[in-house]
Amino acid sequence: MSRSIRQIHLAAHFPGVNSTTVWTDPTAGSQIDFASFEHFAATAERGLFDYVFLAEGLRLREHKGRIHELDVLGRPNTLSILAAVAAITEHVGVVGTLNTTFNEPYELARELATLDHLSGGRAGWNAVTSSDAFHGANFRRGGYLNHADRYERAREFAQLAKELWESWPVDGVRADAATGVFLDDGVPAGVRHSGPQFDVDALFDVPRSPQGRPVIVQAGDSADGRTFGAEHAEVIFSLHQEFEDAREFYDDVKGRLAQYGRGEDSLKILPAATFAIGDTEEEAKERSREIALQQVRPEVALTYVEQVWGRDLSGYDPDGPLPDVDPDTGSETARGWANRHAAVRARIAKLRELSEAEGLSIRELVIRLTAQHTFVGTPAHIATEIDRYVQERATDGFTIVGHLTPHGLDEFAERVVPLLQERGSYRQSYEQGATLRDLLGLPALQTARAQSAPALAAR
Amino acid sequence: MTEQVHIAIAFERAGWHPAAWRESTARPNELTSPAYWRDLLRTADDSGVALATIEDALSLTDRFEPLEGLRRDRVRGRLDAVLIASFVAPLTRRIGLVPTVTTAHPEPFHVATGIQTLDFASRGRAGVRLVAGASAAERANFGRRAAGVDGIPASGRVEDSPEIIAAFREAGEFADVLSRLWDSWQDDAIIRDAATGRFLDADRVHNIEFEGEFFSITGASIVPRSPQGRPLLTVLAHQTVPYRLAAAHADLVFTTPHEAGGRPGFELDGIRAELDAAADELRTGDERLRVYADLVVLIEDTGAAARSALARLDEWDGAPLTSDARIVVGTPGDVADVVRELAAAGVDGVRLRPARQPADVVAITEKLVPLLRSTRTLREDDGAGTLRARLDLARPESRYVREKVAL
Ligand SMILES: Cc1cc2nc3c(=O)[nH]c(=O)nc-3n(C[C@@H](O)[C@H](O)[C@H](O)COP(=O)(O)O)c2cc1C
Repeated sequence: MSRSIRQIHLAAHFPGVNSTTVWTDPTAGSQIDFASFEHFAATAERGLFDYVFLAEGLRLREHKGRIHELDVLGRPNTLSILAAVAAITEHVGVVGTLNTTFNEPYELARELATLDHLSGGRAGWNAVTSSDAFHGANFRRGGYLNHADRYERAREFAQLAKELWESWPVDGVRADAATGVFLDDGVPAGVRHSGPQFDVDALFDVPRSPQGRPVIVQAGDSADGRTFGAEHAEVIFSLHQEFEDAREFYDDVKGRLAQYGRGEDSLKILPAATFAIGDTEEEAKERSREIALQQVRPEVALTYVEQVWGRDLSGYDPDGPLPDVDPDTGSETARGWANRHAAVRARIAKLRELSEAEGLSIRELVIRLTAQHTFVGTPAHIATEIDRYVQERATDGFTIVGHLTPHGLDEFAERVVPLLQERGSYRQSYEQGATLRDLLGLPALQTARAQSAPALAAR
Repeated sequence: MTEQVHIAIAFERAGWHPAAWRESTARPNELTSPAYWRDLLRTADDSGVALATIEDALSLTDRFEPLEGLRRDRVRGRLDAVLIASFVAPLTRRIGLVPTVTTAHPEPFHVATGIQTLDFASRGRAGVRLVAGASAAERANFGRRAAGVDGIPASGRVEDSPEIIAAFREAGEFADVLSRLWDSWQDDAIIRDAATGRFLDADRVHNIEFEGEFFSITGASIVPRSPQGRPLLTVLAHQTVPYRLAAAHADLVFTTPHEAGGRPGFELDGIRAELDAAADELRTGDERLRVYADLVVLIEDTGAAARSALARLDEWDGAPLTSDARIVVGTPGDVADVVRELAAAGVDGVRLRPARQPADVVAITEKLVPLLRSTRTLREDDGAGTLRARLDLARPESRYVREKVAL
């Protein structure tokens, strides 16, 4: 064997507010008390994960005009919780989802640089654009960008943020008590940026952070999203979990890197992965089935089809066949969702086909669509599968999504991780002082631009 | 019985003297390190200090400092205060954590959820200090607002600046939105009712539907109601307009009295009279506004050593130290005398701004606090769990519960 073993990267997703997270289980704990984050982060660190990861949601979900009641609801502010988690961990990265639409570059850049300082170089930023008028209604500027413009703003946002982070050179603080010079002339460089989204003349106020800038993560899947990922992202969190699909996505996105002068290793692709573990294959399947039934309770199944159909289906039996009525797209159209109309109809036709071919009830269908666990089997089976994905270049690793708060990662860390280590494709320990970029095996930052930036004399 | 006060410490980079970073005890290369903030806040936490504020600004320059001709002999650069507070939350046990937030640029929604999350991470010790308006440097960094506040008007009276008045109206809305978002989940909103499959009772979570002059915010917070219900809301105030902001919205106001009968508008009785009048007119809650007095302190074992330390710092900076707050330079006993005087005059607490960090923080915690304790001037911690409880402030009921009761 001539090729070296590719190393697996794992991220730990703190269970979110969607129906993946089972709250009806007797062992399910609080999604908001800090003790849950302490436990979760400690497990991730025990399992030698690259980073803990948080999704973001900026408005409570609503269903049929009311706040949605069936799933876990209520979560922390991403940045504040990550700063607190950084204090109680030593090695694991802290990565949060923070959107580019309802933030300002200067403010978010300084918050992320702060997180990088406080964590000793373990910060990461999942830059998402997602927003609409519904979320915008919680913000000063409202829901003011359509899909295409959102990525325009995201690109300009990331560009400007990088300029701000790099405007301080490495070791830019002189702090020479004898001469009284705290900062040399020209430090930090002024950042002049004028674009359609931002027009600033900024002096960044956070000295260069341990990583120079946080690791940039991306999660959008559209063509625009992939382009943004290839240009700016160092990690992509994708939903492409099935092997062939994952490999296609991998090839597509990594194939886009060359045009930005980037190599394959400068971007890691870590799809979401759920799991069910058993001592035997049979037991694991049973476990998976139990989890799915908890995830897709009858009322959850009905809500799902109501969302696809866009109408009240409360009269239907979740254990019966799909509704025979047509979707109501009228109200959505009235709210400016014209092109959703066709998409919804196409989706429903497909759902009907599937349920009729296999005789699925509403609930069975929704389980099939939303609660198929990525890896089901013995620890040895799961380890082999994960390793296969990575060695065969379908992914660089996974973002592990447990179904329980806060213990959902425990079994994986205890039973699967040691087997990955035995295979030689997973770290045996953290290296002292490693940054998140180091943990991910990403190339060092190109700092040339910052070093050669024209000094703004005596500003 | 002697009047008793709480002690607060106002943390600011290397300290409040602009040349403090040049002291041999300073750690000027560590001002953005986790160890620096961990050490300082733990020191304060262990000593029995009631709360810590952490300064912030969204610019490299100080608030009204001109952008041109940046002085390079002063500390530049800092970390975000809300995140410093969040970071030290799990590392401390009792101290209140009150970061500074400006109201001109940040989204009130992000600030509300950030402070609620700080309340969870600290298990009920969160607060916030609001600062109205953006400086010219901050506006340039954001590029969104051309016009705005460019300093205190020549008259010295903020009433004479329409921009400042507007900034304070915005800050008032900001405060209002914070408290509405903090109230948006009732305590018992999470029901986990397995029988009906409902995690939440939607009738106990409320979209705030706020419409104001500066912004409209529709939804509920994404964070459930935090341990204190409403984290502590504070402002620093020197004049009528900010006094009114404090009276209308704050739990606690930091003021800057100088000697009684000293500078007009800067003696405690006058300040309290203004605050009382504003509170009579504007205050709606049940709680009395808590009043803290700010002091800049430089402490050495002898008066001579303290004075020579100040002289050294002033010489480095090229000018004598000035401040909005009264400056007390002397021994722990000298500072204790001033604190006792303020206590006797009826303030609820004294916020000390250490001229030098960590030197004066260490002096406060190792010398001054024990002295205040021995003379029973220090309000002792009775083991109260949350910051509000420690300050004798009730945990507020969500306004939505009250409304329902009133129906
Ligand atoms: C796996 C995955 C996770 C995501 N997580 C979030 C999230 O936590 N918060 C959010 O606002 N958007 C999230 N998004 C959506 C955004 O990343 C993205 O901006 C949005 O989908 C629009 O871009 P697109 O059309 O390229 O997908 C996620 C998307 C994917 C694929």
